[in-house]
Amino acid sequence: MSVTLDDVRHIANLARIAMSDEEAAKLLPELNNILGWVEQLGEVDTDGVEPLATVVDMAMRLREDEVTDGNCRDAVLSNAPDAEHGFFAVPKVIE
Amino acid sequence: MSGLTDKTIAELRDGFRSGEFTAVEIAEGFNEAVAASDRLNAYVEKTPELALEAARAADAAKASGDLKPLSGIPIGMKDLFATEGVLTSAGSKMLANFKPPYESTVSGNLKAAGAGMLGKLNMDEFAMGSSNETCAHGNVISPWRREGSNAALTPGGSSGGSAAAVAAGIAPGATGTDTGGSIRQPAAFTGICGIKPTYGRCSRWGIVSFASSLDQAGPMAKTVRDCAIMLGAMAGFDPKDSTSIDAPIPDWEAGLSSDLKGKRVGVPKEYRIDGVPGEIQKLWDQGLEWLRDAGAEPVEISLPHTKYALPTYYIIAPAEASSNLARYDGVRYGLREMVEGGGLHDMYKATRADGFGAEVKRRIMIGTYVLSAGFYDAYFTKAQKVRALIKEDFRKAFETCDLILTPTAPSAAFGLGEKMSDPLAMYLNDVFAVPASLAGLPAMSVPGGLDDAGLPLGLHLIGKEMDEQTVLNAGLAIEERAPKIDMPEKWW
Amino acid sequence: MVSDYRIQGEQGEYEVVIGLEVHAQVVSKAKLFSGAATAFGAEPNTQVSLVDAAMPGMLPVPNRECIRQAVRTGMAIEAKINKWSRFDRKNYFYADLPQGYQISQLYHPLVGEGEITVSPDEKNPDKTKTIGVERIHVEQDAGKLMHDQHPTKSYVDLNRSGVALMEIVSKPDMRSPAEAGAYIRKLRSILRYVGSCDGNMEEGSMRADVNVSVRKPGEEFGTRTETKNVNSVRFVMQVIEYEAQRQVEAIENGEAIVQETRLFDPNTGTTRTLRSKEDAHDYRYFPDPDLLPLELDDAFLEECRASLPELPDAKLKRYEDLGISAYNAAVLTAEVETAAWFDRLLATGAEAKDASNWVNSVLPGILNAKDVDFADPRNTPEASAEILAMVAKGEISKGQAKEVFDLYLDEGGSPADIVEKKGMKQTSDTGAIEAKVDEVLAANADKVAEFKAGKEALFGFFVGQTMKAMQGKANPQVVNEILKAKLSS
Ligand SMILES: [Mg+2]
Ligand SMILES: [Zn+2]
Repeated sequence: MSVTLDDVRHIANLARIAMSDEEAAKLLPELNNILGWVEQLGEVDTDGVEPLATVVDMAMRLREDEVTDGNCRDAVLSNAPDAEHGFFAVPKVIE
Repeated sequence: MSGLTDKTIAELRDGFRSGEFTAVEIAEGFNEAVAASDRLNAYVEKTPELALEAARAADAAKASGDLKPLSGIPIGMKDLFATEGVLTSAGSKMLANFKPPYESTVSGNLKAAGAGMLGKLNMDEFAMGSSNETCAHGNVISPWRREGSNAALTPGGSSGGSAAAVAAGIAPGATGTDTGGSIRQPAAFTGICGIKPTYGRCSRWGIVSFASSLDQAGPMAKTVRDCAIMLGAMAGFDPKDSTSIDAPIPDWEAGLSSDLKGKRVGVPKEYRIDGVPGEIQKLWDQGLEWLRDAGAEPVEISLPHTKYALPTYYIIAPAEASSNLARYDGVRYGLREMVEGGGLHDMYKATRADGFGAEVKRRIMIGTYVLSAGFYDAYFTKAQKVRALIKEDFRKAFETCDLILTPTAPSAAFGLGEKMSDPLAMYLNDVFAVPASLAGLPAMSVPGGLDDAGLPLGLHLIGKEMDEQTVLNAGLAIEERAPKIDMPEKWW
Repeated sequence: MVSDYRIQGEQGEYEVVIGLEVHAQVVSKAKLFSGAATAFGAEPNTQVSLVDAAMPGMLPVPNRECIRQAVRTGMAIEAKINKWSRFDRKNYFYADLPQGYQISQLYHPLVGEGEITVSPDEKNPDKTKTIGVERIHVEQDAGKLMHDQHPTKSYVDLNRSGVALMEIVSKPDMRSPAEAGAYIRKLRSILRYVGSCDGNMEEGSMRADVNVSVRKPGEEFGTRTETKNVNSVRFVMQVIEYEAQRQVEAIENGEAIVQETRLFDPNTGTTRTLRSKEDAHDYRYFPDPDLLPLELDDAFLEECRASLPELPDAKLKRYEDLGISAYNAAVLTAEVETAAWFDRLLATGAEAKDASNWVNSVLPGILNAKDVDFADPRNTPEASAEILAMVAKGEISKGQAKEVFDLYLDEGGSPADIVEKKGMKQTSDTGAIEAKVDEVLAANADKVAEFKAGKEALFGFFVGQTMKAMQGKANPQVVNEILKAKLSS
């Protein structure tokens, strides 16, 4: 499989990264190189193998239902590029 | 007080405890050395007052007989660890002004153990890189140079600032993180020790995520003993991290022993890959000799899926990263780039285009692609299956051996700029380091000697899950037998 | 039960096919993956932890209670509980989604297939239909965007960010707005019985994504549209009516139905295409590497099952077995509070049918007239029990019962005391009644003669006169019996 310039633009859009035509054109062979290289995994016989998502061999711990956090609006907003009246502010969203 | 900065953590600790020097003297010595190290670009933020504050507390603790394990020891902190009120940029323009209102568990553990902080150490952007050239703060320059050359070399990456700092004597020890070799490869490049513990030993809470299923913190220091001391303070169960292992932390320093009688050292036949330079091969054979000398018995083992580890890693790590880095959107913290007349999504795109560097973008693009509709099974699921086979390879291998020896990296440190144009060539740096990351196993790099150009080379030890002790002990055996490496003379 | 709901097009009849994805907020003190509070209506961004704000390096740790509530809900609809499940990330960018992904469950949900039996016709609760439930999974809610506080900015409040939701996904088994309405009402009832969701649709505790397609009966499923976040039963039914009509018209105009997300406008009762969150829907789901698989042990499951209350269907059957009509039983069991109230009434020993008639037919009128809520603290089942007991013993008439309850609402105290104090107790003392009957008959000899001649309608007159003579305190049944005996002799 090999990606096209349109694919690069599509992926960049999915990843929300603005990309000029030159950047996309530069990335295209790089991505194809890397993808072509990782495709060697196709050689490996993985029939019947369970995909491994984590190496930690234990059941997940669960927390008790207690309010132990929050109530720290100043901390939450302390690095905000734009905050007003206790909210984060973003460019107006039209739904 | 010069001379202090050449000492190991153990020497500083013991000298401080015996009254040879005070903690403030140690802190001042390092603060001074740090202040004079700008040419290395190892520190992105200096915090001499924090180092002094901890030192004063240590001196007071000594007076009151209230010492903690790392009282009197200042360390450097990789800039990936959130440090309360102190710049935490992850080497990225995206977080150029980010001051977290929280402290990572690991850095907090070190503080609680009495350690002071000299500053935040440079690194590849979001820990993605093997040469420290992808950071927004400019690259780190290794204190090492080839014999008879002034060419600037890489300290390795992504924990390149940490490695350079320890090698240059501007920190007695430093924290690193390792996702696919980011502690071990820079340790090897700079002639120091570094250990990545079993996945789940060190809490990931408060460490800026790169690839969650692989990220592990670990120490980088001059000696194996120093690593054991630091790791003991860093590791521990953390209920705030769902992948943290709830198991007691052994006293690794007390358990140090270079007597390897009864231990079997596996040498994977498949690691003898093409293109490994002769001197690396020689070092590897030498390392095996040293371990045999320490009482270990060499055995040949097979890790048949090893050659697929790197491509597997370069699917899984970018995939996780593409999702982990989605939070950098300019809404709640970090960089925000507005587009004249644009909406929310224009802001996202402009912010992320400007805030991320080329390598980070490349990996986000790869990761987004391998997770996208129609490609998920062919790439991501396939990689997860191969990862299962790689882990299974290790499980089988450890039925016939107790630890595994390989080189840490396929070469010594290379020149800055040498590999930046070819991402694949850069990725190959981690060919020996990545398999242990995929399997979540403890692994360590210890110096094995110098190459023909006078640059350090590292030997790589991989242990069984939770068996850091055997890894450290084998590291100690090598350390005791390998030629003593003199750290570079100050030129910076 | 087969629905006969049809859309009449120019080219024949169409059937509507409906599936619902209901998002129900789990009742819990803290959020699904953080320790921040979940209470409704707090100041913006005050119930937000650093985890909920997706600060760098923050990690999720799941809340046991949220898992437990979802499991109990699954058990309540007899669904398969998956002892091994996993959380996945659903990746997309939006200002109300701080992580850039929602932690959800796609590949291995916590709860598998179950079913819910509904009664689409409220008048005929016996006519039921079983709707399949595909799955229930647990996921995070998003934050809230506010658009009208600033001319050029939207404001983001993350208080809801990370609150636990159950997404309850039905099979495409519904065929009319009425069936969909009945399904949501029944689901809401079950959730409230279980206590896993408060069912408060106005506060957004329950909202539905409505999937609608149309087809000629017997043909393959058509292309569906999904109308998001519909927050009342009535609106859900409106969406279906509108969408079905719109799709039929489009098809008959030769247009293809586009599989898309739509938005409902309650002001116009119409739907429109929603500007999509992700232009190309590609959520890139993958297992969340910050979490481990969720594995449940038998003890946990047993506790979940043991803690389930009697559920609406079982309760309804029990009421019917007590002789209560299907309609009354359905009304009594629909709301968990009403059912609990009624169970307390039954526990006093009240006769089931009388109690049901009282609660279904008498009480609502009195409460309505006085504008008193059923949930009013004065309206205790114990007060009603006292009144019903007095009626049963013949101490007051059914007519007096209303009066007593009315007085009780005004004055408080106990109904028995009111009857006592007001001297309302009626007598069944046959001697006293007989004496008065004799007086009445003697005083009205002419009417007695007319009665005996065949003017039977006069019987009521004698009853009235006797009651009047008794100042209303005679047991009418006893009066009737004595009169009958005397007049026929
Ligand atoms: Mg939906
Ligand atoms: Zn959902």
